[in-house]
Order: sequence, then C-alpha cells, then structure tokens
Amino acid sequence: TSNMKLILIFSALFGASLCLETFVGHQVLRIKTRSEEEVKKLQLLESLAHLELDFWINPSSPALPVDVRIPANSVQAVKAFLESHGIRYSILIEDLQVVLDKEKQDMVYSQQRERSSNSFNYGAYHTLDAIYAELDHLASEYSNIVSKLQIGESYEKRPLYVLKFSTGGSNRPAIWIDAGIHSREWVTQASAIWIAKKIASDYGTDPSITSLLNKMDIFLLTVSNPDGYVFTHTTNRMWRKTRSKNQGSLCVGVDPNRNWDAGFGGRNSPGASSSPCSDSYRGPSANSEVEVKSVVNFIKNHGNIRAFLTLHSYSQLLMYPYGYKCTEPADYAELDALGKAAASSIQSLYGTTFTVGSICTTIYQASGGSIDWSYDNGIKYSFAFELRDTGHYGFVLPATQIIPTAEETWLGLKTIMEHVRDNSY
Amino acid sequence: DINGVGQKYHLELVLEDVLDKDSTVNCTAEVLYHLGNNIPPDVQFTIEGELKNAEEADNIFYNRIKSLEKELVAENIPDSHGNVSPEMEPVHLLAWVASGYVIWQNSTENTKFQLAQIKRVKQVKRSDEYLEFDYTILLHEMVSQEIIPWQMTVLWHPRHSVQVTQDSRQPKHASE
Repeated sequence: TSNMKLILIFSALFGASLCLETFVGHQVLRIKTRSEEEVKKLQLLESLAHLELDFWINPSSPALPVDVRIPANSVQAVKAFLESHGIRYSILIEDLQVVLDKEKQDMVYSQQRERSSNSFNYGAYHTLDAIYAELDHLASEYSNIVSKLQIGESYEKRPLYVLKFSTGGSNRPAIWIDAGIHSREWVTQASAIWIAKKIASDYGTDPSITSLLNKMDIFLLTVSNPDGYVFTHTTNRMWRKTRSKNQGSLCVGVDPNRNWDAGFGGRNSPGASSSPCSDSYRGPSANSEVEVKSVVNFIKNHGNIRAFLTLHSYSQLLMYPYGYKCTEPADYAELDALGKAAASSIQSLYGTTFTVGSICTTIYQASGGSIDWSYDNGIKYSFAFELRDTGHYGFVLPATQIIPTAEETWLGLKTIMEHVRDNSY
Repeated sequence: DINGVGQKYHLELVLEDVLDKDSTVNCTAEVLYHLGNNIPPDVQFTIEGELKNAEEADNIFYNRIKSLEKELVAENIPDSHGNVSPEMEPVHLLAWVASGYVIWQNSTENTKFQLAQIKRVKQVKRSDEYLEFDYTILLHEMVSQEIIPWQMTVLWHPRHSVQVTQDSRQPKHASE
C-alpha cells in the first residue's frame, strides 16, 4: 500500500539521518575449508580489524563451514584473498540489506493483519507478552464473567496473572487450574489460554459450564512460571525451572514442582535433588520460589478452593496424590474412579489414552509437588495432568496439536469439575 | 529376578509404524538388566510378520543427499514450535533410530530416555557409498528430568543397517 511505502521511505530517511547502520552491499559468504592450513589463513583474515569482518561461524576446524558477513567495501579484497589461496567459498547472501528489508516488510505486514483482524491464533505458540495481551482482551470482551487478578510477581518481577471466572456471589467455592509451572511444557500454557476462551465463550450456551459458574468460581493461572517461559523463547527451549539465582552456585533456577511444602527436604527427598544444577533441584527451602509462594498465599487466603488441577506435559497421564510417598491417599477410591472417568472423556474425542494413577505409582516418586501440598491442605480433588504426547515430539509438540490437545483436556477437566460441583464437602 | 545375575523382563508389545499408524506388528522381547547397572541390558526379540518395505523412500533420500553440493547442515529439529520441514524429516527419523541405540546402551531399570530434539546435524562427506552424519542430540531423561546433550556419529546406506560408530555424552553449560 502507498501508506506502507511512505512509512518505509520515511524510516529509511530517518534511519539515514540518525546514522543507523545499514547493510547495503554486504555479502555473507560460506567458506569451505579443507585443511588446518586454510583454517589458519582464515584466522589471519579474522585478525585484520580494518576489514570489519563479522564471522557468523568462526574458523575453528576444517570440518565446519565458516560463515562471514563482509562490508561492501571489503568484499572484493576478501574474495581476491580467498581465490589467490585456492580457498573455496559460496555466496549465501548477495545483499544483506535486501534480506533485512524484506524481513521488516513481512513483520509489519503480519503485525498489521493481526491488529486489524484482532484475533489471537489459538493454534500457535505465543510469547509471554502476546499471552498477557490476550488475557486483557478476554477480560474486556467477557467482562461480565472474566476479571484479571495479579497474585504476585516472579523472581524477575514479571506479574503473575490469574483469570477469575465468576457470576457473582462472595467467596464462592472455587476451582483452581494452573499451567506452565515447568516452562518448557509449551502445550500447557497454550492449552490454558484456549481453555480460558472456552470457559468465557461457553457460559450461557453450554449447560454444564453455565450451571458450574452459577454455583462456583474458576481461577486460571495460564503462565505459572513467566521467567522460565521467556527464557525458553530467548535462550533455551528446554528450560524447566524458575530463574532464581542460587547462592554459591553458577547454576540458576529451582524446580517449582519440587518446591512445595509436601515431603520437602530431608537427606533423602525422593525425586527432588539438592543440587542447584539439577533440573529437579528442590530449592533451599519449601516455598523459597516466589512463584510457588504466591499461589500458596492466594489459595490459603481464599480459603474456599475445592479442586486443584495442574497441567504438565508430556506423557499422557492423569494423576492424583501422592508423589512424595507411595501410600494411597484416604480418598483413593473416589479419586481413582473420577480420574478414570476423566480419562475416558479425554479419549472420547480423538482416542488419546491417558494412564490414571497416583504420582508415585504412575510416574515416579517425587517430593515437593503441588498436588500433594493441596491435598494435604484439605483440597480433596487434586489432580495433575501430563498432556500430549508420549515422547515422539515430547516438549516440542507441533502447534497443529495445540487445539486438539486443549479440546480433549477440556473434556477431562469438565468431568472433574462437574463432579466437584455435585459433591460439596 | 535372577540371583547373582540381574532382573529379566518378558515383554509383549505392538510395534506401530510412525509413518502409518494402521501398520502394526506384534513383538515379544526379553530384557535382562545386569546387576550393578554398568553394562547395557541384554535384549532378545522376535517379530511376528514383516516390517514395511521403505526401499523407495530410502533411495530417494539417499540420492538427494549424495547429490548435494554443500554438506547438509541443520539445527533444531524439530524447531521450538515442533516443526520439521519435509526435507528434514528423514534426517529426523535417522536420528530417531540412531538415538535408540544410544539409549539402549545407556539404559538401566531407573532411566527412561526420549529423544527431545536434534540440536545440530552436520553431514560428513565420505568417499565411499555410506552417508555419514554427525549429530548433537538432546536426550530427555524422564526420572531425573534432565536434558542431556549427546554427540553421535551415524553411518547409513539404504542396503545396510544404521550404525552408530561413535557417541559420547556432552557436558551441559552452567549458564544455560
């Protein structure tokens, strides 16, 4: 559009006037070294600072290619050097600025489309900011039943937002649902935001959710570990823990699902490590993680939570307490039957099978887990879900599976919530 | 439980073709975990019937890689969003098979490994008929929840089985 062209021209002029760095005429070459000698020659080239070479892959070994960005006025000199030494290369990018301009255009275009259509793509994975924006959007679009609360802040001071679904009353019995306590389990945060939309839009049309919300409230924490989630986007897709610093160690983070006050600590805490570098590090003390403490405080202060449901991935399991010990909970029979009913609902949609059982007998013995804490604090209906899949993609579940996963999980959650609604205690 | 030797398990399982869910084959296996856990478990198995013939797809992939001008290099398969491009799918499957060997060699009764992701793969050009790939993979160990980087060198040719000629556990960086 002509508007866009104008914007591009202005920003180019503006950029030029601000002396913004441009990459016009810069080339990116891929150099294929065939010997240590050739590697050394490239390292020599690397040392010539006046050429202003920017190595994207530095020369280190003959087995690996060397990628280098060359400013326009050094291109001929570098090529002459390579050719005179018989070093082979190919041109990866002819003109870097062209590539960058196209990328910027694409981004502007896609941003414009998103803004004008104003629809959040539930079938894709999103950044924390995008999810938080959608929380606001839901609270505004469905303001009659949805409100957003802040229950605390993460270690890096990001807000912890909970959506409250309520048709009124005062401190009604409520259901707690959380997702993303382990940041790499992306399908859980993605499912949670879909579930939020589902609850909001189904009220008034779906008899089950309508009757539920007429009696009870739902609290939904879509991103329990925002610091970890951001880290999986910026740095390490496989990050699991919080991002808190550990005294006396270079290793960062605590496993937030080993940090709850349930069987915590002791010399032999099963399944929970005492080493800060471990992915299941329990932390220096129970509730040391602000992400955990904030939820504990909220639940205790509310005082009327009847179910505690937490989403994890992967393995396709539906579990009830205990994890910290392998003995049956007092309500074993009821929880097992309810779990099986929920698994059956899940299976009814796409045939996805979930295994039902206690944490200890189904997955592994592990102390400091959230549903053990909630159960031992009087919340009978405490369940932990491990969503799709069983290991083929694991944590990197394709986005195409987000909505089917959310849909089937929702059926399982509904089965449990209906039972909670009909069985006050 | 076999006194002085270890624990033996008898398994009956169904193998399902990853590329064709309706294609299944019955299998029985015996797994012996040795006392002390310092050697890989012994595995014996029998398959009822035949595994699907993948000759055509194998040849297409083989010829495509053989005719590449530059050695194949790729990272993050699947990517963060679970995507695997069609060209990379065979590379992914090859890693899947090869990682099975690495997992077997490093399994005990207290481990459960899955291939989490291919971090990096680099083809190593050879003068003989084999294809060689140097993979750095991430293994997810379920019990400890650790992500373990692992290097493996994989050899393959359509008419020969997959070989892992070298593999080694890699250190994890404290800063990650």
